[in-house]
Amino acid sequence: MSNYIIDAIKSGIIETLEMTFFASVFAYIIGLPIGIILYSTAKDGIMANRYVNFAVGMAVNICRSLPFLILLVLLIPFTRFVTGSSIGTTASIVPLTVGAIPIVARMVESSLSEVQPGIIEAALSMGASPIYIIIHFILPEAAPSLLLGAAINISTVLGYSAMAGVIGGGGLGAIALQYGYYRYQKDVLWTTVTILVIMVMLIQESGNLIAKRSRK
Amino acid sequence: MKEVFKLDHVSKKYVNDGKEFNALNDVSLEIREGEIFGIIGMSGAGKSTLVRTLNRLEEVSSGTVSFYGQDLSELNSKEIRIVRREIAMIFQGFNLLHQRNVLSNVMQPLKIRGFPKEKRKEKALEMLRVVGLEDKKKEYPSRLSGGQRQRVAIARALASDPKVLLCDEATSALDPKMTAEILDLLNEINRTRKLTVVIITHEMSVVEKICSRVAIIDNGELAEIGEVKEIFRNPRSDAARKLVFPGNPFDPSDKDARLIRLVFDGLAASRPFIAELVESTGIKVNILSANTKSVGGIGYGQMVLELPKDIQDQNTVIKFFEGRGLSVQEVKGA
Repeated sequence: MSNYIIDAIKSGIIETLEMTFFASVFAYIIGLPIGIILYSTAKDGIMANRYVNFAVGMAVNICRSLPFLILLVLLIPFTRFVTGSSIGTTASIVPLTVGAIPIVARMVESSLSEVQPGIIEAALSMGASPIYIIIHFILPEAAPSLLLGAAINISTVLGYSAMAGVIGGGGLGAIALQYGYYRYQKDVLWTTVTILVIMVMLIQESGNLIAKRSRK
Repeated sequence: MKEVFKLDHVSKKYVNDGKEFNALNDVSLEIREGEIFGIIGMSGAGKSTLVRTLNRLEEVSSGTVSFYGQDLSELNSKEIRIVRREIAMIFQGFNLLHQRNVLSNVMQPLKIRGFPKEKRKEKALEMLRVVGLEDKKKEYPSRLSGGQRQRVAIARALASDPKVLLCDEATSALDPKMTAEILDLLNEINRTRKLTVVIITHEMSVVEKICSRVAIIDNGELAEIGEVKEIFRNPRSDAARKLVFPGNPFDPSDKDARLIRLVFDGLAASRPFIAELVESTGIKVNILSANTKSVGGIGYGQMVLELPKDIQDQNTVIKFFEGRGLSVQEVKGA
């Protein structure tokens, strides 16, 4: 492999990490509250509301059912509006975030649902308000499960970030596509794929470890 | 004596798949300040629903539940939250936060009340001393035994200085030794802190040990209510008989035989009344079961006897015992 390819791979790793990090952070900033809404407005939830639950659930389902590649293309005008460009690392963060939000929301909803109903009953009997119960009872109790979910979500975003290469996003995916696929440079293809696999494994394993540590 | 709770014709209906189900049917009772009140029934009888109407975790379908004269159904969601701080509750499954240590669990109700951190800690430590777990303050609930977890739950419940403590099957997940310890603790708290305690259970032994009065719930209805001693001596409803009569006596020699249950307190127990019966009437009875137990701190004995076939003899025997102040009930379908 020539030097400029090695340099490209090096900066590709940084770009991939950048995309994954920012997209995951933004996806959680928006997806976590949506997940909490889905959980608490569900039937028998602490703020049960059929209409809100149906509307939010529907929006999440529609976004989730779009294949990510299609979402990338559909979002090009929006991406250009937000970042001023539709190509490059920064631009890729927008569709990655949008694609990850519904996944994060459902994952959060399922983690929160694992909290024993008895804990909520105890909180209610103490005279806690619904918001208080979510912040001080449900979220801390669900923390280990939320962390485990986060590891899965971040790995998914990392995988999606490779796909962003198709429409001009940066990162390892773009390199694998340009050199490995279009130019038949199999060594580049395998190198980038190996690096991606190692990154996913590192994220997943450290996530598992943190979740395990946090479980008392 | 003041009434803490008053239930007036309370009913609760559930609709499940279009089918109506009566969890509670026209229950009226009152719970007095300072007493340990038992609510007993088989599982599914509606006692858990009943206790949850006391802090409005369950809404009633009709009737009223009042707490110190205040009709709970008139309160809005904010007002009921304030009232709930006066009504602490402990559970069969303890319901502690697993991700928080013991001290932080006990501080929880004070945090809800908005106490400053130092105050919360001081009060929580005091409560842990009451339940004898001060040295476990840094532990997490998963490292404690069931009995210790329930103690933490009791400390948590007491932290907000409630007026009432509701115990929903609080000892059902514990072994007999731990059950006895928790009941002793509840008894002590009732005495020293003048706390009204409501105990939901399916075990008559729990009621006999610490309750002063008891309500027996059967199929969503109030079968019987009264002093525990009185119900133990003379149960009137079928549900009460089922609970207080000793289980599995020996089979009678004749399966159609007439059986009676005698109850005598500690004083009567010092007299050999079976021997006296034989001596003075010459009629023999067959003892199928006999035991002694402490009900509300007083020793009681009970006995199930098979009476002779002759009706006249049977009546003589019953008259003999009744004449000596023992309570006699028929045992049906034994």
